[in-house]
Amino acid sequence: MSHAGLPRWLWLPAACGAAIVIVPIIGLLTQVPYASLWGLISSDSALSALRLSLQTSLAATGLCVLGGVPLAFVLARARFPGRRMLRSLGLLPLVLPPVVGGIALLYTFGRMGLIGRYLEAGGISIAFTAIAVVLAQTFVSLPFMVMTLEGALRSTDPRYERIAAGLGASPTRTLLTVTVPVLAPALASGTVLCFARALGEFGATLTFAGSLQGRTRTMPLEIYLARETDPASAIALSAVLMVIAFTIVVATYRTPKQARA
Amino acid sequence: MKSTLTTTGALTAVATLMLSACSSGSGNGGESDSGSIIVFAAASLNQVFADLGESFEEETGISVDFSFGGSPDLAAQMQAGAPADVFASANERNMDKMTDEELMEGQPQRFATNALTIVTAPDNPRDVEDLHSLSADDISLVICAPEVPCGAATQEVAELAGVDLSPVSEENAVTDVLGKVTSGQADAGLVYVTDATGAGDDVTAVDFPEAAEVINNYPIGVLKSSKNSEAAGQWVDYVVSDTGRDALADAGFGTP
Repeated sequence: MSHAGLPRWLWLPAACGAAIVIVPIIGLLTQVPYASLWGLISSDSALSALRLSLQTSLAATGLCVLGGVPLAFVLARARFPGRRMLRSLGLLPLVLPPVVGGIALLYTFGRMGLIGRYLEAGGISIAFTAIAVVLAQTFVSLPFMVMTLEGALRSTDPRYERIAAGLGASPTRTLLTVTVPVLAPALASGTVLCFARALGEFGATLTFAGSLQGRTRTMPLEIYLARETDPASAIALSAVLMVIAFTIVVATYRTPKQARA
Repeated sequence: MKSTLTTTGALTAVATLMLSACSSGSGNGGESDSGSIIVFAAASLNQVFADLGESFEEETGISVDFSFGGSPDLAAQMQAGAPADVFASANERNMDKMTDEELMEGQPQRFATNALTIVTAPDNPRDVEDLHSLSADDISLVICAPEVPCGAATQEVAELAGVDLSPVSEENAVTDVLGKVTSGQADAGLVYVTDATGAGDDVTAVDFPEAAEVINNYPIGVLKSSKNSEAAGQWVDYVVSDTGRDALADAGFGTP
């Protein structure tokens, strides 16, 4: 067991690190108006924000699976010029301030944007619709799928795939019957992470999609607005979002261990 | 022994790091000396106050540091003890929060007013004439949410005009409304005259009669906690002087 021994001094900075994250959470939880909690989170505006958040986040997660999974495969397994560039660009939203993403989307899919102007001419208007919300959420969460899956792909043994191919399986069959099952845990955690990131999306949504109850005002936007006049309601909604987020983290962080077992 | 020494050294290094990390941010930074003051001012004053701050420093040698933000946020920060010498609020309500808690020295004075205006894309391609034209179905309108001051003012003018506005978005900040119009996302928006002035040729402002009925007053005053109330008072005098008034008028503010 000697290899597992940690230097004892490590506990101090570790505790400090944990405190930085945990103390503010406790701070928020002490302010939650538990007596009126149900009334606050079951108000019309709160419920429609929650419903919209769940719907758009699910749609965004679907797009992340449809687009992110193939992208991860290509990045991890294919050899082609510009691959590193493609990866760097694909992961950019991870380090980009969301508001920058919102501005980028605005000048792409907005009414005057690069693509938006043609959509507009064709009678399709994305501005101020739930589609704009989904686009913003997908933009910020797709890299989570790519990163999670690409990492897992790189650490899996490509021998199984080669054996399958050697046995005469087509690339598609190998992918679907060998690679994907091995990656199932990573796929699951990537999906959940995408959903979580989409649920928390704020900056890009506010910049690109606007804010209207029932249409584009998701939970984070509702919290931000409630803060102006009704801090108690903002805190109650924050607590709800925190519970959802915590559940998600618990769910995902179990998977890697099981995957190794 | 060597390992103990290493451990102690590492521990000390880490502890020092943590301590310095924990202590930074408390104190120093905001100390006022004789030559500088800190002004907390509403975001709408950003441009004009920054310019006035430079000319004020040239005249008096007193340097002015600004913290611009939404008036409710600024008031909350000062109530929580943020170091400030002067507060310039975009409405009476947030200044009242300060005077109610007896944080202001004397009675704050009104130094500017602001009113709403309609903004459209340059040259008003949709021929918006007044509030009534905004209720047309094919015009995408963006306004402030009723929860924030500009949204409350928007509600008031709409009621005065007897117009039922159906916006495509209700933004948290007037700057977001302006952004949606300048970027072409929306056809029209309701913002303050100063925002329209600041946007220059990017928008066309369309005045409407009801706007004159709903005027926002900007109060300014020195905080009791100011460590440099003399210099702070000088700044307030400068803002309400002819020089200050002219600069404010150029930015689109009205005179109280």
